[in-house]
Amino acid sequence: MVVEVTGAPTQRAEPPSANIISRFMQATEIDPRLLGMIIALVIIGLGFQFASGGVFLTPRNLWNLSVQTATIAVLANGMVLIIVSRNIDLSVGSLMGFIGMIMGVMQTSLLPPLLGYDHPATWIITVLAGVVAGVVLGGFQGYIIAYLQVPAFIVTLGGLLVWRGAAWWVASGKTLAPLDTTFQIFGGGGSNGSIGATASWVVGALVCLAIVAAIITTRRQRQRFNFPLRPVWAEVTLVVIGCAATIGAIWVINAYPMPVGLAQRYAAAHNIPWPADGDLFISLGIAIPVLIAIGCAIVVSFIASRTRFGRYVFAIGGNPEAAELGGINTRWVILKTFVLMGVLCAIAAVIATARLNAATNSLGTNNELYTIAATIIGGTSFAGGIGTIPGAMLGALLMQSLQSGMQLMGIDSPLQNIVVGAVLVMAVGIDTWYRRRAA
Amino acid sequence: MATDSVPLVEMRNVSVAFGGIHAVDHATLTLFAGEVVGLVGGNGAGKSTLMKVLSGAYHADSGQILIEGKPVTINNPRDAKALGIETIYQQLALADNVDASANVFLGRELMTTWKTLDDVAMEAATRKVMGRLNPAFRRFKNPVKDLSGGQRQSVAIARAIHFNARILIMDEPTAALGPAETAQVRDLIRQLQKEGIGIFLISHDIHDVFDLSNRIAVMKNGRMVGTVNKNEVTSDEVLGMIIGGTRPANAHVMNSYEETRAAEKTTAAAV
Repeated sequence: MVVEVTGAPTQRAEPPSANIISRFMQATEIDPRLLGMIIALVIIGLGFQFASGGVFLTPRNLWNLSVQTATIAVLANGMVLIIVSRNIDLSVGSLMGFIGMIMGVMQTSLLPPLLGYDHPATWIITVLAGVVAGVVLGGFQGYIIAYLQVPAFIVTLGGLLVWRGAAWWVASGKTLAPLDTTFQIFGGGGSNGSIGATASWVVGALVCLAIVAAIITTRRQRQRFNFPLRPVWAEVTLVVIGCAATIGAIWVINAYPMPVGLAQRYAAAHNIPWPADGDLFISLGIAIPVLIAIGCAIVVSFIASRTRFGRYVFAIGGNPEAAELGGINTRWVILKTFVLMGVLCAIAAVIATARLNAATNSLGTNNELYTIAATIIGGTSFAGGIGTIPGAMLGALLMQSLQSGMQLMGIDSPLQNIVVGAVLVMAVGIDTWYRRRAA
Repeated sequence: MATDSVPLVEMRNVSVAFGGIHAVDHATLTLFAGEVVGLVGGNGAGKSTLMKVLSGAYHADSGQILIEGKPVTINNPRDAKALGIETIYQQLALADNVDASANVFLGRELMTTWKTLDDVAMEAATRKVMGRLNPAFRRFKNPVKDLSGGQRQSVAIARAIHFNARILIMDEPTAALGPAETAQVRDLIRQLQKEGIGIFLISHDIHDVFDLSNRIAVMKNGRMVGTVNKNEVTSDEVLGMIIGGTRPANAHVMNSYEETRAAEKTTAAAV
């Protein structure tokens, strides 16, 4: 859980502050960094809403924003574990491009002769091939880093160049399109790229249940060990805030309807009568890429906090020598972090190529930088040992919001880069200042 | 405390070389159950290296290790722990970013039936063992870097004693501690002795060594000057052994470098 992995001690022995905000923070044990990021998001949201003339906070823009964030969010999950264990991966963008091209070639050249076009199994075989490629290529880099002891910076820098060249080489620079129809679902486009209103509400309900369950379980565990408990009002407040945020998000997502043409086709396909006057409001619901990103976050969070592998990643980040002396097979653990990163690159490539409905050799360019930025803004320390998945997801959302907002305002791409770079340095600067003050 | 005839640990003729440097040169050392052997020497004398061979962090180039009379091979820290050898390192070897129970069980985590970490069980076990050492300790959930020096030391010791060490290697255990905490560690060592655990104590503090050890082994430049009974020597004589390698006049010196080399030649000649 986010609130557990902090360095801030939460002892009853601390004198209660007079300040109501500090008391609230102490009682709910909300990580100040997390809160800072949420506040930053709110400021960005409101700021761009004003600057773009009321367009930024519309359901349409927010729905698009969620899909745009998905790719980097998926990658950031893996990057957290890599940076926590004191490594870095500069090759994720290029690896994504290469795997994207491999999957493109499968759908456009390799499988059609065998299965014909739009065969139901095409997407399964393609995705499997992509994941296998991710495992092999990620494992290859991981092997050189962990067992041959070449620094991760250098290996993945080489990877950045090599995989990008390989991506071009797959189809001699050609763009491969169109992709398999079922595969396109993973991009969030069309009427079946999202799950619809009802399913979205179901997802929201499940999330709320999960929040309640998590709060109850944590409280029970603390009671068991006689640890100081959060006051009941704090627990209730957290549940209320969490559920309200979830329901609010689902409501906003469901408020974005299909474009008219798409809605008409959908209505025709599902035997829904089209009204004589006006249009039918059919919600898209949560986009599939967003569900994939959230699914990845849940799985990687589970790995990080509940498995031995995850524990070892953090231990190696905290003190590699202690991990070795404890008998941990540190090299195998490091190799596995890069294998995981490879798999996530494959998943990100699936989303990105499906969204474009094409595989290009420039796919994923600069994604490594955005991923690292998202991870670091999200609270992962470059020195290793500290990092959270939810933080990285928020970091990705923050970065994408910034870019999306600037695009809405019509700001030129070069100026966008300047702003993103400046924000990254500022965010880490504030975080460094905060850590030093708290230490 | 009676010394049994079979030593708990016997390191025979152990040598470790790094390139051309003989970090440990034909060293012989014994430890009996329930005794404390202080291992002393100047910087670079080879004390830590010799102990790292026993704890599995280094490989010996030659020589034998016997546990309770039986020869054993120790290739890595896991092997050492399986033999009941636990080490408390000078730097404590704690992962600062995780909490006390994660450190106690580092590398030996308890798992649930579904192959996830059994945090509940590890937490409970850590509370129990920390209760033996430091009953006032409460900060179980904090990352270890938030703890004081003495508390960190307790976590490192807890790790060693939880797994029923028979042989404990303590490398400068009181170097970073204040007087109250040092007294705690002293009491703990005496208690562990009573339980029959054998302890190697590496220390620069002659006072501590005389206070706690039964025998004192002195190394100089990788060679064992010899092992003496504490009662037979003064601290000045021990200092003489450390600095100049001079054997004390009225004490019986065991396992010196010369004795080991001579025994080696005799065995070689007999073959």
